[in-house]
Order: sequence, then structure tokens, then C-alpha cells
Amino acid sequence: MAYAATADHDHGHPTGWRRYVYSTNHKDIGTMYLWFAIFAGLIGAALSIAMRLELQNPGIQYFHGLASMLSTGVDCGATPLAQCEAAIDAGKHTYNVFVTGHGLLMIFFMVMPAMIGGFGNWFVPLMIGAPDMAFPRMNNISFWLLPPALALLLISMFVEGPSGVSGVGGGWTLYPPLSTTGQPGPAMDFAILSIHLAGASSILGAINFITTIFNMRAPGMTLHKMPLFVWSILVTVFLLLLALPVLAGAITMLLTDRNFGTSFFVASKGGDPILFQHLFWFFGHPEVYILILPGFGIVSQIVSTFSKKPVFGYLGMAYAMVSIGVVGFVVWAHHMYTVGMDADTQAYFIAATMIIAVPTGVKIFSWIATMWGGSIEFPTPMLWALGFIFLFTVGGVTGVVLANAGVDRALHDTYYVVAHFHYVLSLGAVFAIFGAWYYWFPKITGYMYSEIVGKIHFWVTFVGVNVLFFPQHFLGLAGMPRRYIDYPDVFAGWNEVSSYGSYISAVGVLIFLYGVVQAYARKIPATDNPWGIGATTLEWTLPSPPPFHQFSTLPVIK
Amino acid sequence: MKIANTGKLLLAAAASGAFPSVALADRGYADYWQMGLLEAVTPVAEDIHFLHNVILMPIITVITLFVLGLMVYVMVRFNARANPIPSRTTHNTVVEVLWTVIPIIILVIIAIPSFRLLYYQRDIPNNADMTLKIIGQPNWSWTYEYPDLGVTEGAADVSFTAYLKPRDQAAKDGVPYLLATDVPVVVPVNKIVKLIVTSDPEGIIHAWTIQAFGLKIDAVPGRLNEDWFSAKREGVYYGQCSELCGKDHAYMPIELWVVPQDKYEAWAALQKTAPDDATLKNFLGTIKPAAQLAQN
Repeated sequence: MAYAATADHDHGHPTGWRRYVYSTNHKDIGTMYLWFAIFAGLIGAALSIAMRLELQNPGIQYFHGLASMLSTGVDCGATPLAQCEAAIDAGKHTYNVFVTGHGLLMIFFMVMPAMIGGFGNWFVPLMIGAPDMAFPRMNNISFWLLPPALALLLISMFVEGPSGVSGVGGGWTLYPPLSTTGQPGPAMDFAILSIHLAGASSILGAINFITTIFNMRAPGMTLHKMPLFVWSILVTVFLLLLALPVLAGAITMLLTDRNFGTSFFVASKGGDPILFQHLFWFFGHPEVYILILPGFGIVSQIVSTFSKKPVFGYLGMAYAMVSIGVVGFVVWAHHMYTVGMDADTQAYFIAATMIIAVPTGVKIFSWIATMWGGSIEFPTPMLWALGFIFLFTVGGVTGVVLANAGVDRALHDTYYVVAHFHYVLSLGAVFAIFGAWYYWFPKITGYMYSEIVGKIHFWVTFVGVNVLFFPQHFLGLAGMPRRYIDYPDVFAGWNEVSSYGSYISAVGVLIFLYGVVQAYARKIPATDNPWGIGATTLEWTLPSPPPFHQFSTLPVIK
Repeated sequence: MKIANTGKLLLAAAASGAFPSVALADRGYADYWQMGLLEAVTPVAEDIHFLHNVILMPIITVITLFVLGLMVYVMVRFNARANPIPSRTTHNTVVEVLWTVIPIIILVIIAIPSFRLLYYQRDIPNNADMTLKIIGQPNWSWTYEYPDLGVTEGAADVSFTAYLKPRDQAAKDGVPYLLATDVPVVVPVNKIVKLIVTSDPEGIIHAWTIQAFGLKIDAVPGRLNEDWFSAKREGVYYGQCSELCGKDHAYMPIELWVVPQDKYEAWAALQKTAPDDATLKNFLGTIKPAAQLAQN
């Protein structure tokens, strides 16, 4: 193996299962994060396809059946499912369980592990010229907290939530009282503990990244010379470190309200349900930037590489991310325009929210300026990055619409919101993840992927997600509320179109998986730097895949 | 509302040209394949239409197309075949200042009508003509109380709970399933109606909305939220619970009739006598707004 050349004084690499379970190696841990994210992402995608299947036509088609499989409390006797009240009621709840599960899985177990745990672990040390992360053992526990967290969340779908039916149907936002008195069974406790573990994992990871980036940069790698992907991870992990403890506090209060008789969120006992929403969104809004900021970094690397040009306005790009991170902490109540806040409070949150559009615009235009004058090539990663820039713009401008509390009054909790956040996350963050996947796949595995399969994957996904989410803007403007298992007949048309988009996107996922298997099967070796002169960051100076330990002699950056 | 009316004209022109499928008839709920907001029935909704359709939509459309245009241009002009030697330009102070300052100016342009709309929405008029209390119930229904029509021992004399109208009944009555309720809320036209919205103290959070009114307010246990509307046209208007509230979240609709003052008073007088279902049903048949009857 290639690493034999540099790994001369190690103690024998652990092999087999020990290599991974005991791993303290940032690359192995990063790989585990990536496989974990793919696994969780497939479950999350399956849940969403089930929802789109159900929503393809008005009425309840599938979920009473699903519910009678999931919930042991459903007894229909000889009654056919379609007439069985118990099954239909359980089905309505099960739909909410799927909504909740899809959100939590995609956020905590797909996007975050892929971007921060996966690509962050792999490429932050490589890009700053460090041998590994600062705390390798903590890195191990950061990852290994996640499988139990995922297990707890999956278990929650099969234990009692509301009486007689399984699963948490409170939405990923977990608002009380629906998440306290509304779901008395243990399912919610499983979900809360799951989020606790996932949160602890992320906080430990954040500490590790901050320490690594501040202390382990190679000689000459000043903060202002760091690749933008490292900058994006640095900002992201600060957001994690500051936001997640607030979530942990909020869900702990939820836990004690549920189990130990406290009343933090009980209005009749001196508490306040809205307090939870403030705490949740104080975490939740930085969280959405946590999901997208690493994508900004990834897109900057890809665009610069394939334009064969340095990033335009590097400092502006770095500090745009910093300012998005800072302002992202003071806009949370724009998720709560309808809770009854007075006009002055809402006016502040309108102003603060709209300000974020400025640094975000700087990023969009800087990417285009990076390409301007470049010599652009269009391999698969570049397609994803270009798709990201355009679709993130679409999601961004609808965010400006929603920032206006006056207009949000009509759109709050409608499909317009669903369309907006899927444009920035499902079409933004996920496009960035796929871009990163194809960009770094040769480095990670040492194999080239098939450009043809990669490009088909891109185009099928691009068409699929747009057919899926664009009509949801129309549904929202026309007033269709979100988190609905059934809807008035007038919404049938766009819902059907949207469902077809979902199936096209599902085909995209299958093509992605085929591409991965094919790349491993063909074993076409990748060169150290398959991307040419545009790829200037340190990871491309190493073999593909890099040695087990790299930079025994630290590189010096001029 | 002069500015809003101008906007409405512009919108109508735009809508008839660009989106021929959008129904401009006042039907109180969406049309098949609808792509835009519902026809506005209150001054607030008209202002929402103005801000969304006249200010925001053109701006975001132009920005998106501008970004798309730039992307297409660089892809064509600066691809590896057209431009084999990349430049090394990484700074241009003028464009960097421009793409910071121009977005700020655009945001200020948006902010002015946005703040005006917000304060118009959220300043509850203190000269309300009547008060309607709305309580979201744990069994996925809405209770309506009319305190102005008399209060006995702390309870409103006129108070009723509206449930979803079942599918077969809705089909029989020719009303939209999942929007229609068994009994409607009735309010007079052109009157300022103040809303007091809450949820059952032991219940969960719901949200009350009438889509065509541009109105949405959470019903939170233990809190009284205020809102208001003044409907400009008679009609039947619908809304659906807009805060996830459990299994029947999709099954707690809102049906509101806006009727002339004299019909409202007749309805109120009948309500005070605690009529039986058949009497009420017959009476409601006589006051149901005509536009909707014609559709049936």
C-alpha cells in the first residue's frame, strides 16, 4: 500500500473491525461518517418517498397499512383496512412520524455527519497540513455516539408515542405541548435521548475541529491562507459549539416536563410553551447555517479548482461566512412570526433576517467572479457546484420573501416554506455533498468514478428535485398547509407533479449507488491530483488514497 | 390603500397575461392548479398582495434570472475551449462594493412597504365593531364565542364548536371536503372584527387562519393572542389549522361566512335562542352568501 512509504514508525495498524471500532485515524473516522450518512440518508429518503406516494392523490392510500404494521395497538379484526377507523387514525399519526423522522434523520444523521464528520474529518487536517485531528480518541467517540443515537431514533418509531400508536409525531421542531402531553408514550423520550447523543457527538467534534484548526496548521498556514473549506468548517463548528448546548437545555427541560413533573413549558403551571420555541430556534436557526456553511466551503473549492483560478475575493468570502454565522444567531424568531409577537419585535427580526441576504449575495457573486476569466471545465463535481449556486439562489430569494413578517403571515406553515428550505437544503446542502463526494472520491478511495454515471446522476437529480419542489411554491401560495396527510382536491394537481419529481429523484439515488459500486468494481486508479492545475490545496500533494499517517514532516506554506 | 389598489391592477394585468389558469373569481379557497395567492378580501391581504406580487416577485425573479444569466455567460465565454488561459484576477474593488451596496438598497426598498404592512397588520384597531373569541380544541375542532352578544356568568351566550364536515356529507352538500365545517362562523361584512385566539388550557398549539384574509395566528394554551380583520366582500372563506397538532391536524378546517349586517343580526338573534340543528340549518340556507350558492 502507498502509506508504507511514510508510515515507518507506527505500531502496526489495527486491522479488521479493530481498525474502525478503535479508530483514532481522522481518515478512517471520516470514511465511517460518510458511510453512516449514506445509510441514514437512504432511510430518510425512503421516508420522504413514502410521504410523496401518500400525497400523490388526495385521501389516505398507504399510511393506514403502514401504521397497522408499525403499531401493535391497531386491531381491525375482520374490518378491511380502508374502513378501519383505528388503522386510519394510526395512519394519520404515522404520517407525522414519517415527517418527524425524515427531518431529524436528514439533519442530524445525514447532512451533518456527511459534511462535518465526513468531509470535515477527512480534509481539514489534510488541507491545513496536519497529521491528524487534535484529539484522535475524542474523534472516535464523536463518531461512535452517532450509531446509538440513530438506533434510538429508529427505535422511537416502533415504541408507543400517543396511546396505542407508535412513534414520535411532533415534527422535528418538537414543540410542546404536542411533544409532552401530546405524546405520552416512551417514543418521545427515545427521540430526546437520540438528539442528546447526536448533540454531544457534535459538540465534541466541534471542540476537536476548533482545536485542530487553531493549533495544528502547518508552518506558514496563517488563518488568512486557509482554504475556504477549512474556514467554512471553522465557522460551522463555532455555531455548533454555541447553539447545541441551548438545544440540549431545551430538550432536557422537555424531558423533565414529561417525566419529572416540572412545568417549564406548561402554561397552567407558570411555564410557557413559547419559551421552548425561542430556545429551539435559538439553536434551530444557527443549525440551518450549520447545514449549509460547509457547502459554501465545498463549492468554493470546486469552483476554484475547475475554473483554474484562485477564489475571487478570498477575504470577503471568509468573512461573509463569519458574518452569516454571527448574524445567524440573532434572527431566530423569524420562525415564529405567528406566535403573537408584537410589531416591534417582528420588525427587528425582519431587519436582522434581511441583512443576511447581503453576505450571502457576496458569496454568490464571488463564485461567479471566480469563474469569470477562468478556463472552466465541467466534470461531475463542477456540475453539482453550478447546480448548487443556481438552486441556492432560488432558495435564497424565497427566504427574502419569507423574511417579511407581513407576507409570511400568509405563507407561514404552508408548502411555500417547505419549498424554500428544501431549495436551500435538499437542493443546496445535498448538491454540495454530492459535489464534494465526486470531487474527493478519487482522493478518498484512490479510484476514479465514471464521469458518465456521475453526470447522469446529476442531471436526473437536477430534474427530479426541481419537479419535486418547485410546484410546492404554488401549493404554498395557494394556501396548502404543511405536514398534512390529506388535502382538499384542488391541491391535487401540483401534488401529483411533486410526487413524480420525488420518484425521479429516487432514481437519481439509485444511479448514485450504482456509481459507487461501479467505481469500486472497476478499480481505475486515481492519480495524486486528477483535477490538474486548479487543484492547489494540500490534499492533492498526497497520494490517492493518502497514507495512513500523512505529513510526518510538516509541509511549509510560503 | 391607494398604493395597494394600484398594485392590484398591476397584478391583475400580470396575472391574466402570465398565469391564465389563476382564477380571479372570489371562491374563498384555491382553484385547481392555482399558482398564486388567493384573491384578497381584506385590506391586509391586499397589502400582502402588493408586497408579494408587485415588489417581491419581480425583484426575486429578476435577481434569479440575473444570476442565471451570469452563470450561462461565464459557462459559454470562459469554458476551457473558449478561454484556455485563465486570468489570475482575484480582486476588483468596484464590483465588490457594488454587489454589497446594491443588495442593501434593494433590501431597503423591500423593507419600507414591509414594515408598513407589518405595523398595519399587528396594530389591532381599538375601534373594533365586534369581538370573536376562538379556542382551538384538543379534539381537533374550533370553538367560537361571541362575547358581544351577551355573557351569562362568565360564559358567552352564543358559543359553538365547528367540526370537519365528513366526506360524504360534504359531497352531498357540494362543499369542499377538508375545508367545510358542520357549522360556519358568521361575521358581518365591512366591520372590524377583533379576534381573541387561544387553545384549550390542557390542549396543544393550533393556528387559526383564513387564507384569503392574509391572517394567521397561533392558538396557544394559556395565552390570549389578538388579531383582527375587516372583510370587504360577502362570501364563504376557508382556512385550515396551520400548526402541527397531532393526528387530525389536516382535519380541523375553518369555514367563515361574511354576510350583510342585517343577516348577521338575524343569525345572532337565532343563535341566542339555542336553536335545534334543523332550524339552524334551514336558517343558514337563507343567509349563505350568494356567490358560493351560485357555484354549488
